[in-house]
Amino acid sequence: MSTVTTRADATVVRPWQQLVIIWALLLTVPFWLPLVGGYTAIAARVLVMALAAMGLNLLLGYTGVLSFGHAAYFGLGAYGAGLTLKYVAASTPLSILAGTLLGGIAGTLFGLLLVRRRGVYFAMVTIAFGQVCFYIAYKWDDFTGGYDGLRGFVRAPLDFGLFKIDITGNGMLFYYFVLVVFGLAVGLQALILKSPFGRTMLAIRENERRARFLGLPVEKHIWLSFSISCFFTALAGTLYALLNNFADPLGLNYIMSGNIVMIAVMGGMRTFWGPLVGAVLFVMLQDYVSSMTTNWMSFVGLVFVLVVLFFPRGLMGVLQKRSGA
Amino acid sequence: MLQLVLFNLTNGLIVGTFYVLMALGLSLIINLSNVVNFAHGNFLAIGGYFAFVLTPFIGFWGALLVSPFLTAIMGYVIEKLVIRHVYARNHIYSLLLTFGLGFILQDVCRYIWGPSPLPLNIPAELSAAITPDLFFITWYRVFMVAIVAVAVAGLFAFLRYTRVGMRIRAGTLDLDTVSALGVNVSALRSYNFAVGSFLAGLAGVLAAGQLGLNPNMGDDLIMPSFIAIIVGGVGSLTGTLLGGLLIGVASALTTVFYPSAAEAVIYVIMALVLLIRPRGLLGEEGMLQ
Repeated sequence: MSTVTTRADATVVRPWQQLVIIWALLLTVPFWLPLVGGYTAIAARVLVMALAAMGLNLLLGYTGVLSFGHAAYFGLGAYGAGLTLKYVAASTPLSILAGTLLGGIAGTLFGLLLVRRRGVYFAMVTIAFGQVCFYIAYKWDDFTGGYDGLRGFVRAPLDFGLFKIDITGNGMLFYYFVLVVFGLAVGLQALILKSPFGRTMLAIRENERRARFLGLPVEKHIWLSFSISCFFTALAGTLYALLNNFADPLGLNYIMSGNIVMIAVMGGMRTFWGPLVGAVLFVMLQDYVSSMTTNWMSFVGLVFVLVVLFFPRGLMGVLQKRSGA
Repeated sequence: MLQLVLFNLTNGLIVGTFYVLMALGLSLIINLSNVVNFAHGNFLAIGGYFAFVLTPFIGFWGALLVSPFLTAIMGYVIEKLVIRHVYARNHIYSLLLTFGLGFILQDVCRYIWGPSPLPLNIPAELSAAITPDLFFITWYRVFMVAIVAVAVAGLFAFLRYTRVGMRIRAGTLDLDTVSALGVNVSALRSYNFAVGSFLAGLAGVLAAGQLGLNPNMGDDLIMPSFIAIIVGGVGSLTGTLLGGLLIGVASALTTVFYPSAAEAVIYVIMALVLLIRPRGLLGEEGMLQ
C-alpha cells in the first residue's frame, strides 16, 4: 500500500480550480453534450453511476476496505423507489427517501456481520450478501416482477406547494434534478471526509494496526463507513430507477458490483472526483461498445485487465501523481 | 415421498461434489496467493469444452483424463502472464483482474462454440440407471461422486506427501518463511494455481456430462463455491469440503419442501455460520483475515 495520502494541493490544478471546472462542465451539459454527439439521458446515467461509485469510494478509497457487493444496495435503492411509486404514492421525494432507507438499512445490518472480516474474505462475504438480494428480487415474481424487472411506475412531478416542476418527460429538467441531488450528496460526502470521523477513516486505511493501538474502535468505524457508503449508493440506485422508470434485477447482480468498483478504480479511487471521471469513461465505453459489437463482454473484460495491469491508479490518480511529482 | 427425498438427497450430494471441486480449487489459490479467482467458473466451462472437442478423438474416458490437464496448463499460463503481476498489490486488483478475465473467457467460449447449449456424450453404460426402482440414480451419478472422492483424496495426498504439496501447505501458513528457506515462491504459486485449475477442469468435464455445455455454465456454481469456503472456514480445505457438501445437500432438501427457497437456504446457512461461528465450521482462529 502506498503511504502517500491524498494531498490534493500537490497538484498543479488547485482544488478550487478543479471544483470550478467540474461544476462548470456539469452545469452546462445539456448545451455542449449534443455538440459532441451525446444525449442528456446518458449524462444523467453518468451522474448516477458516479454517485454510486463515490458512495463506494468512501469505503474503498478512504477507509481501505473493499466491498464487491455494492450492487445490492444500489439495486435495493432502485427497487425501494420503484415499489414506493408503484404501490404507495406517486411522490418522487418519498420514493427517493424510501429507496435510500431500504438500501442503507440493509447495508447497515449486513455490515454488522461483516466487520470482523478483512481483505478478500470481506469482499467474498459482501458478494454473497449481494447475491441474496439478487435472488430475492429474481424469485419474488408477483411483487418485484422477477426476471423481467419492476415496471409500471413513472417518476412523479416535484410538488413544492407553490409551484410544480415537471420532471416526468423533460430529459433536461430531470438531468438538473439529478444534478441537484448529486451535488447535495457529494457535498455531504466532502463534509464527512473533512470531519474527525473522516480523518479516522483515513487513519484506518493507512495503518489499521496503529489506529487500533491508538485506541480507535476500528470495527465500529468500518461498520459506520460501510453503512454510510451503502446509503449513498442506495441513493444513486433510487435515481437510477427514476431515470429509467424501471428497476432491473441485473442491477443487483455481482456484475453490477464489479462495474461500480471498476468505475472507482478507473477514475482513481484515491481521489475525490475520481469516480466521476471513471463514470464518464465507463458509461461512454459501455454505450459505444455495446452499439458496435455483440462481443461487448470481451471488450469490457479487456478494459478491466488493462486498467488493472497498466493504470491501477486510475486517470485522476495518474494526473495527480504526474503533476505532483 | 421417500423416493422424492432420496432423489433430492442424491441430487444434493452430486451438486455438492461440484461445489466441493470448485471450492477446493478456489480455496487453494486463496490460501496461498490471497487471490479470489472470479474466473474459476469460466475455467470450469473451458474444461468442459476441452472434453467436448476431445471426445470424438479419444472418447469420453480419454477426455476425462486429458482435459483437466489442459485446463491446468491454461491456468498455469494465465497465472504466469497476468495474475502474478497483482500479488504484491491490494487484493482489489486481483478481484477486478480475474473478473475481467472471466468476461473474456466466457466470450471466447461463446465465440468458438456458440451461445447455445451443447451436449457432451457419455458412454451408454454410464447413462443407465442402477436399478429400475431408483431410476433417477444413473451410473453416471455414482461414477461422478466416486471420481470426486478419488480426486479429493488425491489432492489431500498430494498436499501431504509430495514436496510441492508440503511447500504449498507451508506457504499457506507463512509464505515469507518459506521464501526465506529458499523455495521459489513464484513457481510455487504457479503450480498451485495450476492444481486449482485442474480441479476446475475436472469439475467441468463431469458437469458437462450431466448438464451439458454452455458458455456461462460456471456462473451458477461460483457463488455456492464462495459460500462453501466461507461456511467451511478460511484456511481449512477440510472445512471447504464439508461446506460444499453441506450446502449442496441443504439446498437439495429445501427443494423437496419449498422449491423457491432452494438458493436462499445456502445464504441463510452462511449468515447463521457468520453469526454463530464467525471463523467458519473448521476455520482456525487467527486465520480470519
